[in-house]
Amino acid sequence: MDALVAQLQMQYRNYTVSLYQQGFLDDQFTELKKLQDDASPDFVAEVLSLFFEDCVKLIGNMARALDQTGTVDFSQVGASVHQLKGSSSSVGAKRVKGLCITFKEYCEANNYEGCVRCLQQVDIEFKALQTKLQDMFNLEKQIIQAGGKVPQVDIN
Amino acid sequence: MVCEMETDQIEEMDVEGLSSMWPEDVGTQADNQFNVGDSDTLKEVDIAEKHTMADLTRLPELMNTTDQGSSQLTNLVRQWEYMQDHAVRLLREELKILTRQREEAEAKELKIIEEHNFESQEPENVPVLDETSHLFRRFRQKKRDELVDRERVVIDEEFDTVAYWKQKALSLEKMLEASTERERRLIEKLNESLKTMESHSAPVEELTQNLKRAEGFLHFILQNAPIVMGHQDKDLRYLFIYNKFPSLREQDILGKTDVEIFHGGGVKESEDFKREVLEKGKASKREITFETELFGSKTFLIYVEPVYNKAKEKIGINYMGMEVTDQVRKREKMAKLREDNAVRKAMESELTKTIHITEETMRAKQMLATMSHEIRSPLSGVVGMAEILSTTKLDKEQRQLLNVMISSGDLVLQLINDILDLSKVESGVMKLEATKFRPREVVKHVLQTAAASLKKDLTLEGNIADEVPILVVGDVLRIRQILTNLISNAIKFTHRGKVGIKLQVISQPSFANEEQKETSVWICCDVYDTGIGIPENALPCLFKKYMQASADHARKYGGTGLGLAICKQLVELMGGQLTVTSQVNAGSTFTFILPYKVATSDDHSDDQDEFSDMVDHHQPEPDDTTEGYFQFKPLLGSIYSNGGSVTGNNFLPHKAMLTTPLKLTNGFVSDPSSNTGQSETVQVENGGYMDESRQNCCPESAHQYGNGNGRCSSKESESCSSSQASSEMESELTVSSPREEEKTETEVKETSQPKILLVEDNKINIMVAKSMMKQLGYTMDIANNGVEAINAVKDSSYDLVLMDVCMPVMDGLKATRLIRSYEESGNWEAAIEAGVDIKTSENDQACVPPTNRLPIVAMTANTLAESSEECYANGMDSFISKPVTLQKLKQCLQQYLQ
Repeated sequence: MDALVAQLQMQYRNYTVSLYQQGFLDDQFTELKKLQDDASPDFVAEVLSLFFEDCVKLIGNMARALDQTGTVDFSQVGASVHQLKGSSSSVGAKRVKGLCITFKEYCEANNYEGCVRCLQQVDIEFKALQTKLQDMFNLEKQIIQAGGKVPQVDIN
Repeated sequence: MVCEMETDQIEEMDVEGLSSMWPEDVGTQADNQFNVGDSDTLKEVDIAEKHTMADLTRLPELMNTTDQGSSQLTNLVRQWEYMQDHAVRLLREELKILTRQREEAEAKELKIIEEHNFESQEPENVPVLDETSHLFRRFRQKKRDELVDRERVVIDEEFDTVAYWKQKALSLEKMLEASTERERRLIEKLNESLKTMESHSAPVEELTQNLKRAEGFLHFILQNAPIVMGHQDKDLRYLFIYNKFPSLREQDILGKTDVEIFHGGGVKESEDFKREVLEKGKASKREITFETELFGSKTFLIYVEPVYNKAKEKIGINYMGMEVTDQVRKREKMAKLREDNAVRKAMESELTKTIHITEETMRAKQMLATMSHEIRSPLSGVVGMAEILSTTKLDKEQRQLLNVMISSGDLVLQLINDILDLSKVESGVMKLEATKFRPREVVKHVLQTAAASLKKDLTLEGNIADEVPILVVGDVLRIRQILTNLISNAIKFTHRGKVGIKLQVISQPSFANEEQKETSVWICCDVYDTGIGIPENALPCLFKKYMQASADHARKYGGTGLGLAICKQLVELMGGQLTVTSQVNAGSTFTFILPYKVATSDDHSDDQDEFSDMVDHHQPEPDDTTEGYFQFKPLLGSIYSNGGSVTGNNFLPHKAMLTTPLKLTNGFVSDPSSNTGQSETVQVENGGYMDESRQNCCPESAHQYGNGNGRCSSKESESCSSSQASSEMESELTVSSPREEEKTETEVKETSQPKILLVEDNKINIMVAKSMMKQLGYTMDIANNGVEAINAVKDSSYDLVLMDVCMPVMDGLKATRLIRSYEESGNWEAAIEAGVDIKTSENDQACVPPTNRLPIVAMTANTLAESSEECYANGMDSFISKPVTLQKLKQCLQQYLQ
């Protein structure tokens, strides 16, 4: 049993580290984890699910704005990008955040093609992140089910 | 009459209008001799004989004894000899002709005799000139042939008849007669020739004639020439003078020296010059200006040559003077004109250069000022951020680096402020304020401020003479700036002993202008120290910009090198003077003298405003206004305070003590453009406020950092080992330990639950921030945009607002501006104008004007340099960069909620 827990913990740690190393997450995610305590045991999951909901909504907004046949309202797109940037920054979704910064520049430059490309990438990235994090949460659940404790992962 | 005509003519001829060398009116007044002499001169010209005004008896003597004289005589003799030779030659030729004629006659005679066989046995006639006898014979031979051919007597009678002989005798007789006649005539001619020869042989008379002619010519030329000539003997006594000054008689001159004759300038010089020539034996020329009573100011070009006798011994000098007064005057005039011209040209070019330089300088200064301003804005952001950064969790090395960064930043900021100050003074933009202030208080506060940051064992003292007025009028801000500058300078270069300020009234200094003389009292302020002193050679460049006493000092003590230059400029701007005396290793004293107007002491309003921020309203100190001596001694080791104040006054209220002087100085300097006392006060207040809050939280926060650091490192090491060992137990430990500590901290703070407003539109951000706040033990209200924030601020009083910058509806910057406007005006009109729907209810209690400035901290996702300045400009107090972390939030709360 202990061996399983230890193995799972190991796996969890490695996986988390890989997420950081691959640039999916940054320190802000660590911050987020710190905020999770006994009073709010599912804080990270709550925030992230909120984030993903937000993502879906914002990406939808952006896609609609960019899908206009006539003139595209870049400021509207920009507002959504800004929101997404703020959110991703807050949760530590590093890749999404990075994309948002580029996206915003394209918006400000009224570069339609750049915007569309960014939108597609953001969609891919956020979905990838969603999958990865889902895996991570699953691992956590397994650890807890195995009677272990989710280890604190130090990234440095 | 003739004389007049003559002079007229000469004057007309004289193109330059040359006047006579001697004044024209002298002669008539002196004596008749001159007039007589003048008319004589004319006569002499006509008859080529002159009555010279010379010692005639001496002249031949001179001629006989001198070289020149003898050579002239020799010339004359030679000429005479030549003439005699010529005469002799002429006579000889004539003689030759005569001789020939006689020969002819003789030849004829001979022929006749031969023809008639009148053989004469007498010997041949011996020619007159023996030496030519054989020549003569030859001639005779020749002539004889010719004569026979030519003059053969033609007789038409038959030869050897009586008639024939008769006829022949007759013709021969005739020929003889003719011959005799010819002979007689020749003798006559010869006699005549002899006579003329006799008359030619009188040379003396001829010489005299020649001499007279030469003399006449010379006189003719010289009589009107502006020339005086003379001969002086070895002792420089005149033996001969020509064209002397008219009023002098010959006996006045001859036998005397120049010095004996004339008096005045130039006489001695000419005498010396003559003597020099005499000694050197070399002729030379010199221009000498005479300034004598006799003929006034005249310049002579004097030529002097030595005179030798036949034995080549010097016997005197010949001297010739030509009056060149007018020429000299003209020449000098020309030279002066030329000089003036050159000077003017030089000045012109200098002026254009100066103008050019000035323009360049102004442009450069303008650019410098603009640049400085441009640099200052972002730099203050950098320094501000660095200061905020210094309050965060840092390890030792980071903290050191940061300290360097802050101090460098401060230095650059100071430099830029100085440059701005300086360019303001120089461009004349800086205006002086006339405010009432108490000099004693100013001195005290400057010392207090200095004492608060004193890190050396120095005694600071202030000494104000009794006669210094209690209240004066002047630009107190500038005066404080000068004092602060000088004091900090003094402290910088003083390592032990004391630094002090002495004030005393002095009498009006010499440099005071009219305006200052009216109502001023002059106060002399000495800022003295017992420091390293300034070497004398460094004093001149002390007040120059960017200069320090030496490069060594600059390296050792740092500083911009602008401080003293600014002080000097400020003092001079105020009509005073800044000086320095110093002794190496003994100390320096900077003294500035300034005029002040004396204010009546019953009006205190101005100056209380001025310093209310400094003295802290808490209690009036009656001694303060008249106290003349202060002393501050820092107690090293404790927080630097003025515990040792001799007077026992509580000079350094706690609040003032904690205020860092650097900040205050900056507060003063940072914005010199706001010249009104009001805004300046606000400025200082702000500075004080910010520093105070920062300072106040400092010891505590430091303590907490200590904790934090300790905790952090332990956590790190543990988590590190845990990750390596992957031990369950250890990981449990790491999870729990920091939490507990934080909770204890939180509990302490919860006692005074401050009200916080978070203005943020992003739900996730809100969630995160809220969670963090919860962890730190705070709760907070949420507003989703600027408008909501304004309404929230209106409805309840918050201790802190965390404001997102970029928000829909109304962004954080605008909201902050409107809140600040409300704080200043007490109403929300600006906000209403801006279109905010203020939900006002007239009886709302929140309508009372705010009492305190609400700390507003921006949360910005933009890069730091970009928007920090914008945040400050819009009235925000500080900012947190996004994403917000627990640590940042904690520091922010610590800073603003203590």
